Amino acid sequence: METFLSVTGKLAQGFGTTLALFFLTLLFAIPLGLLFACISRMRFKPLRFLMRAFIYIIRGTPLLLQLMIVVYLPGIAFDHPLTKWEIFHGDVALSYFCGALFAFVINYACYFAEIFRGGIENIPKGQYEACEVLGMSRSQTFFKVILLQVIRNIVAPMSNEVVTLVKDTALARTVSVVEIYFAASEILRLQFIIWPLFYTGAFYLGFSALVTLLFGMLEKRLSRYWR
Amino acid sequence: MALLEVDTLTKSFGDTRVLKGISFDMESGEVLSIIGSSGSGKTTLLRCLNFLETADGGSIKVDGQAVFDAADPSLLSPKAIRHNRTHFGLVFQSFNLFPQYNVLQNLTLAAMMKAKEDTPDFSKRKKEITEELNNRALDLLKRIGLSEKKSNYPCELSGGQQQRVAIARALMLTPRILCFDEPTSALDPELTKEVLRVIKDLKAAGNTMIVVTHEMEFARNASDKVIFMAKGIIEESGTPEELFTSPKSPLLKSFLKQ
Ligand SMILES: Nc1ncnc2c1ncn2[C@@H]1O[C@H](COP(=O)(O)OP(=O)(O)O)[C@@H](O)[C@H]1O
Ligand SMILES: [Mg+2]
Repeated sequence: METFLSVTGKLAQGFGTTLALFFLTLLFAIPLGLLFACISRMRFKPLRFLMRAFIYIIRGTPLLLQLMIVVYLPGIAFDHPLTKWEIFHGDVALSYFCGALFAFVINYACYFAEIFRGGIENIPKGQYEACEVLGMSRSQTFFKVILLQVIRNIVAPMSNEVVTLVKDTALARTVSVVEIYFAASEILRLQFIIWPLFYTGAFYLGFSALVTLLFGMLEKRLSRYWR
Repeated sequence: MALLEVDTLTKSFGDTRVLKGISFDMESGEVLSIIGSSGSGKTTLLRCLNFLETADGGSIKVDGQAVFDAADPSLLSPKAIRHNRTHFGLVFQSFNLFPQYNVLQNLTLAAMMKAKEDTPDFSKRKKEITEELNNRALDLLKRIGLSEKKSNYPCELSGGQQQRVAIARALMLTPRILCFDEPTSALDPELTKEVLRVIKDLKAAGNTMIVVTHEMEFARNASDKVIFMAKGIIEESGTPEELFTSPKSPLLKSFLKQ
């Protein structure tokens, strides 16, 4: 008979994988999203167009499909399966995890890029002009006046996106990444015990609540003074 | 010698000719009001003076020194512009205060940045400079009657108070010529009064100012000279007496009748 503790033990690795996927995605997707946002605002038109087209495609197709493509396309199309890549030294689980992580990072970077771009473009022109007539340089303007307003603009949409990421991590199971949902569904499949699935539900709920709470605190702090 | 000399300034946006050769002079301590219907190019003129737009032709001199000359590329470099724009200050219709800073910080921010750049031993003298700037800001706040709001944030102020702070913020950098673009258009009559009061006080203190305004009372009573702009040219200019009591141009006559 499975107990709460024994199930927790069986899910432990899944927990770790889910958390790793979540934090590593944020770690890479935020700076990459910033880069994408900058490129999609560049004056050089061809690059700007390519960037926006790429973002449009990624945002317009399911993450599920992107996961399949990243993980299986190298094997199917180029006869060079991800699992056999040198860098993974035969660690199949690691190769799947890295493939999934790559897809997550690209996907979320595109969503973040649009949020960052919106946050920057929503700053009223008057703020830049006020700085300009006061003789401030471009970098002073950005770091002393604009940046904090951008951060304030993006907190709410980022909160939504990060909560979505919490739940999206469950998609990694489709490319054989044993995250918490996969681990729980294995218990169901092999032992016909369903409650571990609800256990994972509670985990996602708690995790989302925590993220919402943290972003809420940040937003409150930033908007203590203005608007 | 005139403090400000503007000579045949022209500016187009694409095919639209917005300024078609604007020329005027100003003496130190004068207040010039610019009136005219919307779309006549008043804002564009102020923006050219403040280097927010680059005029296509003409020149601007301050104290006989060219600060802008469309024919002189050396005056168009970012460095030259950053230096020359210090002669001018601009107060916007929409205030444009920095929402994340309180009133005192709004006043000192730009002056602080400037001191940081201009003072070689800034880090050593930081305390002294900060104190100096704070004192100057507090003095200005006293003059505009907002001493008790120094720690408030812009969103906690009325429109009139915000505009007065914006005026003080521009004065912190001691511009030679302070420009106002419809400073009271976003305000109701009561708040308009308190802002115009401040501008009149500045005139009494000897500030040189250019005020684009729809407040005909103000233009008439508070200015030394009035310019009426229409379709990108100075249709008529002179003393308030001349323009308001005996306007010559038909356009001005019909403008004043509204
Ligand atoms: N950045 C711009 N691009 C194109 N047209 C502009 C721009 N700024 C102003 N204009 C045009 O120039 C004309 C004069 O505008 P403006 O100087 O704002 O007039 P005013 O302040 O007297 O109402 C208007 O027809 C306006 O549409
Ligand atoms: Mg205007």
